[in-house]
Amino acid sequence: MTALGKLVRSTAFRLTLVYLLIFALYAAALLIYFALNTGRLITEQITETVDDEIAELTEQYTMGSWRQLTTIVENRSLRPGSSLYLVTAPSGQAIAGNVGSLAPGVIDKIGWSETVYRRLDEQETAQHSALVRVTQLSAGFRLLVGRDLEERARMREVIVAAVRGSLALVVVLGLAGGFFVTRRVLKRFDAVTDTTQRIMAGDLSGRLPVTGIGDELDRLAINLNVMLERIEALMRGLKEVSDNIAHDLKTPLTRLRNRCEAALRMAKTETDYRAAMEGMIDESDGLIRTFDALLMIARAESGQARDNMVAFDAAEIVRGVSELYEPVAEEKGITLRAEAPEPAMLKGNRELLSQALANLVDNAIKYARPTAACGPGEKPSPEIVMGARRDGDRVLLTVADRGPGIPAADRARVVERFVRLTPDPAEPGSGLGLSLAAAVARLHGGELTLEDNTPGLRVVIAVPAH
Amino acid sequence: MVKSQRALPMIPDNSLDFAFSGVQHTPMRLLIIEDDRDAAEYLVKAFREVGHVADWSADGEDGLAMASDGAYDVLVVDRMLPKRDGLSVISALRAQKLETPVLILSALGQVDDRVKGLRAGGDDYLPKPYSFAELLARIEVLARRRGGRGEETSYRVADLELDRLSHSVRRGTTEIDLQPREFRLLEYLMKHAGQVVTRTMLLENVWDYHFDPQTNVIDVHISRLRSKIDKGFAQPLLHTVRGAGYMIRDGAR
Repeated sequence: MTALGKLVRSTAFRLTLVYLLIFALYAAALLIYFALNTGRLITEQITETVDDEIAELTEQYTMGSWRQLTTIVENRSLRPGSSLYLVTAPSGQAIAGNVGSLAPGVIDKIGWSETVYRRLDEQETAQHSALVRVTQLSAGFRLLVGRDLEERARMREVIVAAVRGSLALVVVLGLAGGFFVTRRVLKRFDAVTDTTQRIMAGDLSGRLPVTGIGDELDRLAINLNVMLERIEALMRGLKEVSDNIAHDLKTPLTRLRNRCEAALRMAKTETDYRAAMEGMIDESDGLIRTFDALLMIARAESGQARDNMVAFDAAEIVRGVSELYEPVAEEKGITLRAEAPEPAMLKGNRELLSQALANLVDNAIKYARPTAACGPGEKPSPEIVMGARRDGDRVLLTVADRGPGIPAADRARVVERFVRLTPDPAEPGSGLGLSLAAAVARLHGGELTLEDNTPGLRVVIAVPAH
Repeated sequence: MVKSQRALPMIPDNSLDFAFSGVQHTPMRLLIIEDDRDAAEYLVKAFREVGHVADWSADGEDGLAMASDGAYDVLVVDRMLPKRDGLSVISALRAQKLETPVLILSALGQVDDRVKGLRAGGDDYLPKPYSFAELLARIEVLARRRGGRGEETSYRVADLELDRLSHSVRRGTTEIDLQPREFRLLEYLMKHAGQVVTRTMLLENVWDYHFDPQTNVIDVHISRLRSKIDKGFAQPLLHTVRGAGYMIRDGAR
């Protein structure tokens, strides 16, 4: 597309053309109205003066004689100007005045008419038009008084010229303005197009130019920039996640493969093979678990699970999860109990919140120091308390343990995916429990915070109450 | 899903290796509608080894036609199938008033996928990847349900008796005191006496959770229950089935 073609095809230019047409029509209409009115005004003025003059001359004729009339007419005829006079005798003969010739029949018609004429002192070929009035005087005399219409004609010419000129001006100025405006707008749009093309090519750091005028284009650019920032953040997150997935799925996959190889190389008896294969099934179950947790987090973060939100009592799910884990905790010498005496209604996904709580309790049990495992000087951490209560317009779900806790500096970090503070291969877990709980909290329009339970860790999921 | 056996309190003399030894399987006719040839062949072979007859269909249209004559005990239907998807096959069967139990297999394992599957007329939903033991246990429970064994007011296995109306349990002459959840656990196990129930089946049916609790929570609940109903009795009734789950049965028979 050529530059001019692009310009002409642009919306701004088409709009300019439409406006140009409207303004031209408007200007023309205005001038035509003006011309018509002026013409009418001139005619009115002529009629008025001619009427006055006829009245005056008729009076002279009535008071004096036709001689007196002719004298006055002769006198006036000599004055320079646009006035026409003619007095005819009953025979039709001209006896005074400055008219050389008239269109035929004009003098016979009493009243107003428009006619061509020639003055007495002019050449045969001269011809003008005039507005005349003929009056019948007594005794067969006739009086004609008129005014030349050249003035009106000239006025008409002036106006026609003005119409032409102004139309030309409107068109020229309009086109020039249109080009100017269109080019400006096109330039800004081209900048936007360039940026979007750069972004499409993969450079997500590009941002649309904002001029600072605050017009609609600026507002659009600002909004698009915010959108781009969000997309960039999401892409960054996605990349991080895929890096983490690659790491956390490849590690167990490598272990799995190593086990297979070791079995092939070293296993001799059926028992050896059985043990190796059971180990492989364990590894693949761990992989599946990690994968499920990742999918669950992705789903919670995409907001898909919002479709299944129902109102339920948080106290009830806290008691349910506590009851499910209580025997496991007891086996490790830990007391697990639920403190949720009052109903605390909220709207959400029951299954996901239960799972989040289960993950938190599972962590608490994992990191708690059972009495038996404590060395000298170490205190056992015998109690985990789950709670659900209403706090203003929020519902707080808590899991508080007496374990080693998490240093304040690490608290933000552990909520991220895959972070395990004490990497311990013997302890099962994907490191995703806390991030899943955080994602579930966000899905419910709430947040997950880690607090000091002095001593120990208290995890709080705060979500809006129903 | 097969859980790690390391952490389990294994009791060697009443543990059984499910599927390939020990447990008796009443022969069933199964139809597997699954487009993955390898997966289907593995299932057909594995079912044959435990004494069932399994047919295979590779797409939804063909599967629907085969299932329509009603000759099967249980249908195993994959969700994503060529020509006609699994859920639509099930809806079509149900529209024909065919009540053959259906187990849906799917890579879509989220809670709402499951709900969709059950709403379409499926009787059970197992996300991929699954263990064969889990699939087998669920299919046998489905087939038994079809056999007409419905809700009863009391269950009895050997000298263990559970009364659902009075919420009481006794073994021989001894009254056994159970917590409400332990009662429901025993109730479910006894309802499916002689059948293997897996940990996930227990979690789903007794606790109504469909997520993986990561830890061996069910095993600990079972060992508590076992200590109440089996401890001090000569004949253990609650058995651990290796690689699968648990089963209550009269060991004398």
